[in-house]
Amino acid sequence: MDDPLFWHRLQFGFTITYHYLFPQLTMGLALLIVVLKGIGLRTGEAKWNDAARFWIRIFGLSFAMGVVTGIPMEFQFGTNWAQFSARTGGVIGQTLAMEGIFAFFLESSFLALLIWGERKLGPRKHFLAAVALFVGSWLSGYFIVTTNAFMQHPVGHEIGPDGVFTVVSLAAFLFNPWAIAQYLHTMMGAVATGSFAMAAVGAYWTLRGEHPEPARVSLATGVIAALAASILVAMPTGHHQGRMVAEHQPVALAAMEGRFESGPNAPLAMIGQPNVAERRLDNPILLPSILSYIAYGDFSANVRGLAEFPESDWPDNIELLYYAFHIMVGLGTIFIAVAGLATLLLWRQKLASSRWMLWILALAFPFPFIANTAGWMTAELGRQPWLVYGLMRTAEGGSPTVHGGSALFTILGFAGLYLVLGLLYVWLVLHEVAHGPRPLGAPAHGAAGQGGD
Amino acid sequence: MEALWFALAAGMVAIYVVMDGFDFGAGALHLGVARSDGERRQVLAAIGPFWDGNEVWLLAAGGVLFLAFPKVLASGLSGFYLAIFLLIWVLILRGIAIEFRSHVRDEMWRTFWDGTFALASVLAPVLLGAALGNVVRGVPLGADGWFALPLFDSFSPSGALGILDWYTVLAGVTALVAIAHHGALFLVWKTDGPVAARSRAAAAWLFPATVALWLLSSLATLAVAPDVLRGALARPLALVCTLLFLAGLAVSFVARRQGRDLLAFLGSAAFLLGLLAATAASVFPTWLASTIDPAHSLTAHNAASAPKALRYGLFWWPFGFVLAIVYFTILFRLHRGKARAAAEGEGY
Repeated sequence: MDDPLFWHRLQFGFTITYHYLFPQLTMGLALLIVVLKGIGLRTGEAKWNDAARFWIRIFGLSFAMGVVTGIPMEFQFGTNWAQFSARTGGVIGQTLAMEGIFAFFLESSFLALLIWGERKLGPRKHFLAAVALFVGSWLSGYFIVTTNAFMQHPVGHEIGPDGVFTVVSLAAFLFNPWAIAQYLHTMMGAVATGSFAMAAVGAYWTLRGEHPEPARVSLATGVIAALAASILVAMPTGHHQGRMVAEHQPVALAAMEGRFESGPNAPLAMIGQPNVAERRLDNPILLPSILSYIAYGDFSANVRGLAEFPESDWPDNIELLYYAFHIMVGLGTIFIAVAGLATLLLWRQKLASSRWMLWILALAFPFPFIANTAGWMTAELGRQPWLVYGLMRTAEGGSPTVHGGSALFTILGFAGLYLVLGLLYVWLVLHEVAHGPRPLGAPAHGAAGQGGD
Repeated sequence: MEALWFALAAGMVAIYVVMDGFDFGAGALHLGVARSDGERRQVLAAIGPFWDGNEVWLLAAGGVLFLAFPKVLASGLSGFYLAIFLLIWVLILRGIAIEFRSHVRDEMWRTFWDGTFALASVLAPVLLGAALGNVVRGVPLGADGWFALPLFDSFSPSGALGILDWYTVLAGVTALVAIAHHGALFLVWKTDGPVAARSRAAAAWLFPATVALWLLSSLATLAVAPDVLRGALARPLALVCTLLFLAGLAVSFVARRQGRDLLAFLGSAAFLLGLLAATAASVFPTWLASTIDPAHSLTAHNAASAPKALRYGLFWWPFGFVLAIVYFTILFRLHRGKARAAAEGEGY
């Protein structure tokens, strides 16, 4: 605990986990808002725009939280990870600068127009503002995932004698195969979060018999998108991501499964507790040969266990990594079942009357947040003990002049601030859900608003 | 090429100060110049569409610094650790205050966020000004290129250095007053009625305060970092920038008196831009000067990324910059004319 590195890791882990609750929702909603506005533009039916107007308000609140909690992420590269930044700025500085210049300017310029400009812009331009936000937020996601992909699977760089990294192929760095795989997987996860949230509010209104038209639109759009995203996040994107981990980070794969010994026909643990001291998985329930298939597409393939790797290269929190991975996979499987069933009911026009399913949908929305968080924990804990995989250890990256006491001070500050902001955010979202979609207000200029509160 | 990136990064910081400066200034003054809920919503309507984009200049400038001068970013941000987090928390509270305030129609709710917004808008320019003061004064960089400074120590001119000490706090207060003047001129331009009238009155006394504090800060700089002022006099570019900011200062005064409100605001923008550009031109190539040994200073030469990384950056940076200008042009065109308080539930 007197090691400042522990506090630097805790702070970054805490602030990034909290931050990512918001972008996953806004990136998912950005796509769904484009869909709603697009259908509204095409059909001219008011219910699509009414639903979109509601979701844009939720988007605005969430986006604001994403913006303000994103500011510290950029700064913390320098404040807490100074040696890492000094050595890798010549590579990842490119994508972090690109994110600001190509994505954030686009998002911030059109945000207020999307949220408040529906009447001023008219339907077509308002749709374009939604598209701009979608493009901006998905671009932003790509630049961040590319930055992370360099840490997971460094390509396109050279290392000078002083240990400083420099990009030598911008194309290789920007189109890192790891980045493309991770991006598609991440974005499908975000759509899952957004669509389950949309379905949950639609289900809630339907259960209460409120706002029937926007409820139906939200429910249908949310359920169909949830099924598509739940399938795509697993197959092919999750599967592909798993194979990349097996190929490039075999020790991480072994730790994710709590697999200590090597061997063919590797089973997948459905449940069990990794006992690292005794080097075994306690109380396992195993699916035979499935891990071999996931990792190598071959049921009999040999999957290496942790014993084959030096302990100094083991991820340093095998237990949490194991649980994170299993929570992600387990929840992902349940999402396919829930969304599949709901879509079936929707297709047979029974969803609105199946109250048990509406209850499940209304209560399901937190779980994609958990699954996305667990997924990122899998990626980041699996990367340990490296900052840049195989090239720079986490222990080499901290800030040499910042002691643990300063870091703990700022962790506590964030904890307090984020608790208050989180409560306010949840309260405001509930306030919006209770209020429901607002009508498009009175004509501009003069007249007092009738939007009301 | 290092010089070019030095200019780009410093230029983006200067643009950031001019852009976010007007919404900081408006926020710092709004409790005084806007008294009723409707008037405050008019102030928020004036800055609401812009503030987030303005703040992106900070992140974009930081990204460019990261790309081109990673050691400067790493050493500076870790060395100023606590002050950086104070700034971050202030920016978080400020953004949330703007975005959350008008979501609930309740007097206490709005009063709370108005106060938060005002306080954060006062503290942010003070911290940014103090940061500039630290850069001009120098920090105790060691041979390894790292330093640590206490957040504050002695505020006496002969005492130990701190991130906040007599000189940097003076720089912070100067920045606050100059930015409040800038924000007042923005509100004069973008609002009408009582808000514009009170902003005009505020600008009338903020102008002499800005000039006085600027002169005082310059004298203090003469004592703390004489080389910087010598650089300003010896370098043609620095002199040109000095003329620009003096001209901007004069224009902001004259044009306001003549009621040419946009011109007055632009004069103030030229003042801030020129002042920062002149500072950058005077300190070049030093990013962070060492108070221990000038040989330890981090400069555009010894702290730059390898040439290859800098060249790659030049491939895409101009496109991004042009796009950003296009977005801001669209934004200002769509929100041209005087800002009016939005209807309840339909805007900031």
